Amino acid sequence: MNSEQSILDDVVGSEYKYGFTTDIEQELLPKGLSEDVVRFISAKKEEPEWMLEWRLKAFRHWQSMKEPTWPNVSYPKIDFQDIIYWAAPKKKEGLASLDEVDPELLATFAKLGIPLEEQKMLAGVAVDVVLDSVSVKTTFQDKLKELGIIFCPISEALRDHPELVRQYIGTVVPPSDNFYSALNSAVFSDGSFVYIPKGVRCPIELSTYFRINARNTGQFERTLIIADEGSYVSYLEGCTAPQRDENQLHAAVVELVAHTRAEIKYSTVQNWFPGDKQGNGGIYNFVTKRGICEGAHSKISWTQVETGSAITWKYPSVVLKGDYSIGEFYSVAVTNNMQQADTGTKMLHVGKHTRSRIVSKGISAGTSQNSYRGLVKVLKVSEGARNFSQCDSLLIGDACGAHTFPYLEIANASATVEHEATTSKIGEDILFYCNQRGIDTEAAVALIVNGYAREVLNQLPMEFAVEAQKLLAISLEGSVG
Amino acid sequence: MTPILSIQQLTAGIEDREILKGIDLVVNPGEVHAIMGPNGSGKSTLASVLAGREDYAVSGGSVTFMGKDLLDMSPEERAREGMFLAFQYPIEIPGVSTANFLKTAVSELRKHRGLDPLEPAQFLALMREKMKLVEMDSSFLNRSLNQGFSGGEKKRNEIFQMAMLEPTLSVLDETDSGLDIDALRIVAGGVNALRSSNNATVVITHYQRLLDYIVPDVVHVLWNGRIVRSGDASLALELEKRGYDWIKNEASVEA
Repeated sequence: MNSEQSILDDVVGSEYKYGFTTDIEQELLPKGLSEDVVRFISAKKEEPEWMLEWRLKAFRHWQSMKEPTWPNVSYPKIDFQDIIYWAAPKKKEGLASLDEVDPELLATFAKLGIPLEEQKMLAGVAVDVVLDSVSVKTTFQDKLKELGIIFCPISEALRDHPELVRQYIGTVVPPSDNFYSALNSAVFSDGSFVYIPKGVRCPIELSTYFRINARNTGQFERTLIIADEGSYVSYLEGCTAPQRDENQLHAAVVELVAHTRAEIKYSTVQNWFPGDKQGNGGIYNFVTKRGICEGAHSKISWTQVETGSAITWKYPSVVLKGDYSIGEFYSVAVTNNMQQADTGTKMLHVGKHTRSRIVSKGISAGTSQNSYRGLVKVLKVSEGARNFSQCDSLLIGDACGAHTFPYLEIANASATVEHEATTSKIGEDILFYCNQRGIDTEAAVALIVNGYAREVLNQLPMEFAVEAQKLLAISLEGSVG
Repeated sequence: MTPILSIQQLTAGIEDREILKGIDLVVNPGEVHAIMGPNGSGKSTLASVLAGREDYAVSGGSVTFMGKDLLDMSPEERAREGMFLAFQYPIEIPGVSTANFLKTAVSELRKHRGLDPLEPAQFLALMREKMKLVEMDSSFLNRSLNQGFSGGEKKRNEIFQMAMLEPTLSVLDETDSGLDIDALRIVAGGVNALRSSNNATVVITHYQRLLDYIVPDVVHVLWNGRIVRSGDASLALELEKRGYDWIKNEASVEA
């Protein structure tokens, strides 16, 4: 505590002294955002000076920016001074027993078929289990090290590989890109860093699953993945466990860099707390994800299954800079009850003969609103670019909404761009037909939704696909009479 | 002998309109009953009420199926207990293959009977065997259920599903409508092959034509929500010759 106290004093001066002292006992900063908070976070992470400057620049820029209002979502104005920007990793503050965990959360774990020990781990209850997961991680980290692969928290990377981080951070998503990327750049607390050396094919799926559970990662994550020439990596983000967080803002930034002939496959199964049926609570998930196909013949593929969050605002994008590079976006976004989602992708064709493929499957139930927003942009210099987009909407019931906003900006006449869209509905006729064959309504919805989402689920690694499938069924439970 | 289906004084309707005005019908094991009648007489309503479609409200009477109160069961329970409805207008389900749909349905049925799901290989063999009954090509199995199927293919698919689910009571709701003579022969052939002393079939139809292929034990004429006449297969031939008007007139006189 003493050393922390002194760091604090050094960094923020006496002005915050009293507030911090008690708060540090709780390992929390008081609410509010200022340059001091940015300095505090950077100091806490023992970051190099350039990183602090980078953060401060982002913060100053953020102060000059306005919150975006163009998404097709509505929510009360966020008070950015009413948010805690730093919560230190809690070492033993986990709940004492499973009895203290929200029973609804436990029921969901049970439905997902997660064993009890794992449930404890996911709920952050048992320290030993958490320690176990850390050791699991360490084991395979050794294996990765042999291949020269770096997979660690970004704060660790800043200490051990500062030159690499400095070379790439903010090159794909500049801090000034948008309101939330600027905020994230100023205050990000942790995230993942991955570097795959030339010609190396990462032998296992890299996942944030263990790491997030081992450490109560903050709400502003930053992930940076670099695939050097001819390398391959498949990265899985999030786990299917619902979080206990409520009414929180998550503003993450993910940057991917694929060099010549490298391939990055990035899969997400997002299941943040969606709020209750009345629309109380839930996560505001405002995320900026972008990859750049830097070299020729490189490939970036985003696959996402989005079932959680009260509001999702997210457009995983690919900048197709290298000639013959490929960008893909496969998405299933589910909204139920009062959830709102405005999600899609951007494909920016710069290099010659670049190709992109977009498959978006929206599923709306309850009184939710689900929007697809996508941009395909072909620059004048991009010869022979090709894009195929498919945007499907599935409605369950009569009270929900599906919206599609496709934007095409084509500046080169040699481009081939195709767009297909369908809207279908699970109506009473379909459900009755299923019922008459002995399939109850919940099972019928699951059957239809999984059939509908198959093309996207097929893109996920096997175990992930199975979990995603269960998750879809659970998310839509009770969505029809 | 316990009847498979026993309907007594059944009245039912949609919203405020009464469509079935007191139906009595007993179907015994091994029997095929044909229910005929002009448009709007209540034939399809009867099929929907038996299957449990929510739009229809039962206002009186009782229906006993295999000794159990049918009206007390949800549509899926009725199906699992062995009641099958071949739809007049089979539904299309995009993204769900015929094979996957049937795998789910058969598994639900087996679960209800305390049986484990069939092994994939067993299930596939069963599907191939049953498809032969209606001369369906196995390429249909991987296509989305009924999507892009012709009218005749959809009806054949209904009978194929019936063969897979082996119901105790099958209700065929105007299965002959929209079928050419070859498809009619195939569909009827499938239905006949599935007939046994343990099950029963109720054929709802407009025309006598189907009954050339599926020969009924009993023919009922439904008019204005009531069964106004029952007889053997010759009644259907008489209707074909004389039309429905004489029955309507007789029924009006009786009423």
